[in-house]
Amino acid sequence: MKEYKSNIFEEKISKTEEEKIYLASQWQLMWWKFKRHKLAMLGGWTLLILYMLAIFCEFFAPYSPTSRFEGYEYAPPQIIRIYDKERGFQWPFVYALRSEMDPSTFRFKVLEDRSKKYYVKFFVRGESYKLLGVFNSNIHLFGADGGPIFIFGSDKLGRDLFSRILHGARVSLSIGLIGVFLSFILGLIIGGISGYLGGMIDEVIQRTIDFLISIPTIPLWMALSAALPRDWPVIKTYFGITILLSIFGWCGLARVVRGKLLALREEDFTLAARLVGASEWRIITRHLLPSFASHIIVSITLAIPNMILGETSLSFLGLGLQPPAISWGVLLQDAQKLAEIALHPWLLIPCIFVIVTVLSFNFLGDGLRDAADPYAR
Amino acid sequence: MLFYILRRLFLFIPLLLVISVISFIVIELPPGDFLTTYIMSLQSATGELLREDEIAQLTKLYGLNQPSYVRYFIWIRNIILHGDFGRSLQWNKKVTELIGERVSLTIGISILTTLFTWIVAVPIGIYSAVHQYSVFDYIFTVIGFIGLATPGFLLALVVMWIAFSYLGLSVTGLFSPEFIQAPWSIAKLLDLLKHVWVPIIIIGMSGTAGLIRTMRANLLDELRKQYVITARAKGLPERRLLFKYPVRMAINPLISTIGWTLPHIVSGETLVSIVLNLPTVGPLFLRAVMSQDMYLAGSIVLILSSLTIIGTLISDILLAWVDPRIRYGGVAG
Repeated sequence: MKEYKSNIFEEKISKTEEEKIYLASQWQLMWWKFKRHKLAMLGGWTLLILYMLAIFCEFFAPYSPTSRFEGYEYAPPQIIRIYDKERGFQWPFVYALRSEMDPSTFRFKVLEDRSKKYYVKFFVRGESYKLLGVFNSNIHLFGADGGPIFIFGSDKLGRDLFSRILHGARVSLSIGLIGVFLSFILGLIIGGISGYLGGMIDEVIQRTIDFLISIPTIPLWMALSAALPRDWPVIKTYFGITILLSIFGWCGLARVVRGKLLALREEDFTLAARLVGASEWRIITRHLLPSFASHIIVSITLAIPNMILGETSLSFLGLGLQPPAISWGVLLQDAQKLAEIALHPWLLIPCIFVIVTVLSFNFLGDGLRDAADPYAR
Repeated sequence: MLFYILRRLFLFIPLLLVISVISFIVIELPPGDFLTTYIMSLQSATGELLREDEIAQLTKLYGLNQPSYVRYFIWIRNIILHGDFGRSLQWNKKVTELIGERVSLTIGISILTTLFTWIVAVPIGIYSAVHQYSVFDYIFTVIGFIGLATPGFLLALVVMWIAFSYLGLSVTGLFSPEFIQAPWSIAKLLDLLKHVWVPIIIIGMSGTAGLIRTMRANLLDELRKQYVITARAKGLPERRLLFKYPVRMAINPLISTIGWTLPHIVSGETLVSIVLNLPTVGPLFLRAVMSQDMYLAGSIVLILSSLTIIGTLISDILLAWVDPRIRYGGVAG
């Protein structure tokens, strides 16, 4: 089917191609249309890479998130170089780091030591870990020959920021998915009831949604997450936060489900199905649900970034996950004080990851929304 | 019109009730009652013990010997009758004393931010729609997307760092040091205006980006309609044609978006003010929830949510005033 990939709306489509379009399923049409949205494809690929990095973070990260390198506290990011004056172009390397007392502030500062070079090595053996919790391994994607390598610098305890960001991605990226899944179930059920039953129940549910949308969520999230007991284990807090985030997240979805149900209920094919004696359950699951599945996917994609930002904000404030748990918000806790960021600006790097993730989800959602209605235009 | 306003006001009261219940749940959530904590903290701080009758008096005042629904009514009664939101344990002051000035600053910043988003977004939205797919349209679209994706508090961190490291400026706070304790005066107000634009831009960023996109889409829809073609065919000057009908039509749905931009602005204000350490309710609220100072925290939730709802109510009335279709038709409701 390669020859149809470019543009289904091109004018010079041959007879057979035209037939293909008529025969194509709705999902195929959507896929073709989606592929034309360059930004959405970019967003999709970026997210795929980010999720791969998160899933296999032990492999991609050179070190474990907790291993400390003494004497390398607050090391600045090392630049991977392929050129120096003496030898010209060569295999990628980093300069070694050494710590030095700053004569004016009497503080130790980690600086690049231009006299020593560590060559970057790939597939190095390092700390052992369990990939996906199953396979034992000690191979890491990269490392340096001779000393530690901090491509994003290190934090106040001398831990590699890059490794910590990758491990934090696990929490930050998954909380969006799980939170949205919970909101999705809530939204589907509540929106479905509202749209299908109508009347008084519909009115009450709609007013509730109006209400939940019109109050500021951050103060409420803050107050509620502060009520989660501090001595809970990480995994329990994680789910607590996720549930909190989805309490307010389902409204948008319920709206979409209800709106679509109300519109589709009046369609001819619903009437036809009812006339031939299909049961209510069959009408909903076989005829109505597939018709608005695409719209649900769009709403879900656009709801995920809100969840991720919610978790990041809460953890950043110290109300969400607490260290030793790692998420991008927890990492940003170190960057709260102006003095910290002024001296160690690389602590802001997790920001870039948050923004790129949210941007990618928005692009993806935008493309999906355009594609969700392939018959438009 | 009057009937419409009355109807909205009537719907507004149950909303306030629900908000007050939620805020009260926030107060009651932490384990243990607040009086024991209060007595303990007083004892550890000053070493003095409360007398029996004082304890009894406080117990009675907050109804601590009674079930929670009674306490809820006592709390509400004190608010309505005496304007008393309860006591802050951490500060050992009345909640109203603590948040009075901060709340007005929060309201001020929120209103200014809303105005800012409108003043910036509407012209840009019009420009982008009229010059669709031009260079500036693309630039604004990209900026808009990034603005939507960047949460205010992250932006605040980055701005704070850039301003400090490269410009040598401190953008935290709302007043210069000499004015922080000073009573209100013209000089203090001018000082405030000098500082307030940084948080306003930061908080307004994502809202502006969203409004630009909505305005652009609305206006594009309007411009494709037939009455525009008719007007153009009749020879109406392009500028007059644009501002006479399509822009006005496109702005109407925008007013209804206040309903969801305002909560975002209040949320954003809370976070940004914590990062920038503004003297608004944000930092106070964070400290309150951190130390489980629940009357303070619950009251702030109540006040912020109520204010947002009032803002939405005003925007609804404004919309009905601008758009007769809503006044007479059943669109809203």
